[in-house]
Order: sequence, then structure tokens, then C-alpha cells
Amino acid sequence: MTLVEAINHTLHDEMERDDRVLVFGQDVARNGGVFRATEGLLDRYGPKRVVDTPLSEGVIIGTAVGLAAEGFVPVPEIQFLGFSWQAFHQLAGQLARLRYRSDGRFDCPVTVRAPFGGGVRTPELHSEALEAQLVQCPGLKVVLPASAADAKGLLASAIRDPDPVMFLEPLKGYRLVKDDVPEGEHLVPLGKANVVRTGDDVVLIAWSAQVEVARKAAAVLADEHGLSAGVLDLRTLVPLDIEAIVAAVEHTGRAVVVSEAPHSAGFAAEVVATICEEAFYSLEAPVARVGGYDVPYPVGMLEESYVPDAARVVAAALRVCGEGA
Amino acid sequence: MSLDLELAAAETIYRVLSEDGSELVADPPAVSDDDLVAVMAEMVKARVANGRFFSLQRQGRAGTYAPIEGQEATVAGAVAALDPARDWVLPQYREPVALGRYGPEVLRTYALYQRGHPAGGHFPAPVRVFPVQISLAAQIPHALGLAWAMQLKGEAGVACVFFGDGASSEGDFYEAGNFAGVLGAPVLFLCVNNGWAISTPLPTQTAAVSFAAKAAAFGFPGVRVDGNDALAMVSVVGAARERAVTGGGPTLIEAVTYRMGPHTTADDPKRYQPPEERAGWEGRDPILRLRRHLEGRGLWSDERQAAAEAAAAAEIDAAWERAEAMTVSPDAFFDHVYAEPTPRMVTQRAELRARLGLEPEG
Repeated sequence: MTLVEAINHTLHDEMERDDRVLVFGQDVARNGGVFRATEGLLDRYGPKRVVDTPLSEGVIIGTAVGLAAEGFVPVPEIQFLGFSWQAFHQLAGQLARLRYRSDGRFDCPVTVRAPFGGGVRTPELHSEALEAQLVQCPGLKVVLPASAADAKGLLASAIRDPDPVMFLEPLKGYRLVKDDVPEGEHLVPLGKANVVRTGDDVVLIAWSAQVEVARKAAAVLADEHGLSAGVLDLRTLVPLDIEAIVAAVEHTGRAVVVSEAPHSAGFAAEVVATICEEAFYSLEAPVARVGGYDVPYPVGMLEESYVPDAARVVAAALRVCGEGA
Repeated sequence: MSLDLELAAAETIYRVLSEDGSELVADPPAVSDDDLVAVMAEMVKARVANGRFFSLQRQGRAGTYAPIEGQEATVAGAVAALDPARDWVLPQYREPVALGRYGPEVLRTYALYQRGHPAGGHFPAPVRVFPVQISLAAQIPHALGLAWAMQLKGEAGVACVFFGDGASSEGDFYEAGNFAGVLGAPVLFLCVNNGWAISTPLPTQTAAVSFAAKAAAFGFPGVRVDGNDALAMVSVVGAARERAVTGGGPTLIEAVTYRMGPHTTADDPKRYQPPEERAGWEGRDPILRLRRHLEGRGLWSDERQAAAEAAAAAEIDAAWERAEAMTVSPDAFFDHVYAEPTPRMVTQRAELRARLGLEPEG
């Protein structure tokens, strides 16, 4: 099953399981979503629970706050994460804080779905990796599946979570990522990283679409350089599985963090700082970062040199392992 | 003449009492004498609370306070037309001292808010009042969400959201107004036009003929009402509520009033407000206006006024004493960020408690 199919199936399952679940956003009902993530929901659950909204990101998030306070479980979609800047005051200032500013009166079980990430030649503001900005909004959880199975298990957990979750889907992976998805109830807890591949020499730490890049790099490192590289998929940045990061670094002594956001103050920096605080004396070499550059996300002809690829990750891993490059 | 929201023009101001309160210029709302007296008492209480919170801020005991002086009829009159068991109220920040219709918990909670206690954001269930909102207009989409929810559940309630003339320039107002029109949701958009957004006067805020006129773009009625006329507020909000709960959709209500005080205790309006403009509004005091009307009907008197002021002072003092007596642990900011704290927050809280010499959490 592809990743986007897994999301679609999970939305069907959760709407079936809980009639408080509402899906709304731009083009989600009649059109089934521009990527078909919400296909079939309107026919099955009707126009009261599956709603096309005006092109109005701020009010999509803002109404979710009020609906949640009245006991619904909203699952709004922001068509592309880059458009969420038009809702950022509602995300950071309101959705994230409903429980906090009401001193615990209101639950806020809202799951905001939004695709992001580069490599698909989209127009401007369709690809931005904004996860670190959302991590800086206490009250939000930030969840990024990398596989179809995780898309199902994490989305179901997110929808059932009493707190607001930013569920960020890998745009490039919607149809490229294909794996076995467990049938029936499948929940992946928020806050548990996934050891995608074990390795003894270096660990490649990634999330979302960069997990696949790290896997390819690990294969190259094994096949062409005789190095054993592990891959750790963080899955959720909030809550962060610090134990899994520490365990991986204590095992290998070497780490490369891969993300596609701009370099400075990206979430990779948080991972590196966490390693320094919690596992410094296990390190055999400085931790390396592979990611985007400190520029606005580029236009299509320039994407390839911006988004991390396996070759850059391999080069960084070789450097960290003292093998030159 | 009865009030028809569809016909009420966005340019003229609906009024029931003449400006001095001496005569009726339109049909009064169908409100019992007791309820009318309660509106009057609430306005008196709001005025007394206003003075108290101002003094408490000056004494360093309360935080920055946004006075309601001059706008008491707008708020007390509007909520008199609502059903506290069914209707949500979403304040901006001046309104809570005049929301007594929603129960004594409102003032008690607001006292905690002014004290800077985290429970000040928690109007306890089932009180249908949302926390005070500082981000201008951000509460308007929330009101739409609440109204949409009631619409989905088939409940006969409305969400009445207060915001200012300044907040009407924010995107949230336009986005929520537009979507509310599409949904036909039971929202009352209550724009409190008090003339000033801190130092920004109306001509800098909009070139529209009125704030109510903006409803035309949303596809539902917009009506201007004299916000210093408690009876007119009851009439207009009552008519808008009736329209909303019978499936007629939202209404934008512009209450024309005046901010007689500074923006907040941190503001000095002498820097920007023409004194003659403020003086022009002194003769239009909303409390004196309703008082004159009620006295004419034998429903109010000097004795009633004195009793209302004394009762108000007692209620506010009790609320404030309770607020000052409520303690809070210095690590309480970790509470209610999430239903369950993240592992990192657990570590951070333990470190803070150790630093402060507090016992580890059980």
C-alpha cells in the first residue's frame, strides 16, 4: 500500500470508529483532496462530517479550536505546509494553547494534516520544511511518518490523542513510498523512534522523506565502503525519543543527522545538542548535519542541489568515520 | 416599530432610548422589569469593578487592566439577550466585569486573571465563556467553530463574540465572517466600536461607511446599534439571536460607543485623544441613561443605586480577597501544556523543583 493510501484508509477507519471525527479543508470533500488523501470520505460520511472550506487557512485552524472545545475531533487539512504561515497565529497562539490558556478546561484533540518536502517540482511555498518552527510552539505535537505502515499507526494515534498534533506527510513519498501495512487496528505510539536498520559504525538519524535517503546511504556505505550504518527514524519530534537517540549514539559513537530544512536552528541542531548533552562521552567524532541551506526553498531547476541525497549523506558519514571524502 | 435586521441599515444607528434616557424612541425589548433592573445592577457593578481594578493595578497588586468605562451597556445589554445555558460568549478583554449574567464565577475567575494566576483562564464548566483573548480577532474563528459545532449537534444556541473596531481590520475577522456566511452558522459578531484602537482613530482603521457595512461582503445582515443604550442592545442582540437559532444565520452587530478611559492602565490617551471629543461623550453616559429611564418607571432610585454600588463593592472585594489568597506553585507553568507532559518536560520540571528546593513530585 502507498503512503497516501494508508492515510486514506486510516481516515476512513477513524471516521467509522468515532463519529466526532470531522475532516475539513480546501478541496477535501468533492475532490477527495488534491492528492486523494481524503477520497471517498464525502460519499461515506456525508457533507456534515466532510467539508470543503473557503481558501482560508486561518479560519480552518481557528474553527478547529472551537469545534474541539465543543467536543468534536477535527482533522483539518492544510493543503501544503508552506501555506500554514497564513494560519501561524492560530497554530502557535491558539491551537497550541487552548488547554494551557484555559488552565486545563478544554481538551484539544485536533490533528492538522499537511504535506511538505521537496523534490517534486512544485511552485513556490509548496515544499518548505517548517517542522522546527512548530516544535517551538509548546502545546503542539509534531509527527512525521516515513512509511505507509507508520502513516497508518501514527495517524490513528494522532487522531485519538487529546492534544493538537501537526501530522506532516512526505509529499514526495505519497506514492513512491510503498510497504506492508498491518490490517485492522494498528497504533504506533507518539514518542517512540523506529530503528529502521541496525549498524555498528555510524547512525544516520532522520525523519519523514529523509529516512529513505538515509536508507539508501546506508546501503551504499555497506556495499561500497564496508561500513555498517544504522538508520534511526525519529517519527515524532514532539515528544522526542531521547532514549533512542542516546542508545544509538552510545552504540556507534558516530552520528549524522539528515533533514531538509534550512541548516541554522533546524531540528537537526536540536538533535546534535541533545547528543552533546546526553551522550557526549560516547562520541568518537563530531556529529555531522546534512540538510538544506540557509536560503529560501529554491525553484524546480535548483531543487536537486538543495535537497539532501544519498551521496551527501554518504560523504558526511565517511567524514565522521574518518574515511576522508 | 419592531426591529427587522434585514431592513436595518448599516448607516443608521438603532436606538430605543433617547440620548438622555428621557423618552422611548422605539419599542422597548420584551424584557421583564426584574431583568431590566438586573442589567442596570450589572452595569453599576462593572463601573465599580473598573475603579477597583484600576486602583489595584496602581497599587501593584493587579496586572495591566483594560477598562470598560463607557461600554457597560454594550456588554451587559448584549448578554441580557443571551441564554447562558445555551449560548457561548467569547470576550476580547474588556468584557468580563460585565458578564455577571453568566454567573458569579466569571468575576471570580477574572479576578484571578488580573492577579496573574493561571486559573484566571479557566471559567469553570458549564460556564459558557471562553478565556480572555489578547491576540486581536483570534477568538472570532473560535466562535465560528463553537457555532458550527452547535449547528452540527442541532442545538439551539449561538456564539456571541466581542471584538473591537481595531480588531475588525484583522484577517481573522474577514475569514471567519466569510466562512460563517457560507455555513449559515449561529454566530453573533459583536463589533464594539469604541472610537479608538489604542491611539488609532476610526478614519485610520477603515474607509467603509460603517463597520456594520462590512457584513454585505459576507452575505448576512449588518446593523448599527447605539452601544450606550442598554435597551437597544437587548433588542438587537435578541433579534439576532432569534434569527440565528431559527436557522437564519449570522449577524454582524456594530455597537457604537466610546472608550471613556485609557486603552489600558499602561496608556495615556491625553497624547492622542482630542479632549473635546471625549467631553462630547460625557453627556451620553450609558448608566445615567438607563437609570433615568428606570427611575421614570419607578424601577430605580438613589437608594437602589447606593445598594447596588455596595453589593458590587462587596462582590468584587470578596473575589479579590479570594484571588489574593490563592497560591500557586512556581513550577505550575508545566501544567496543562499537554494532557501528559513530554519526557523532556518531566526532566525540566524535576530540575526546576530541585533548584527551588521543592519536594520531588510524587
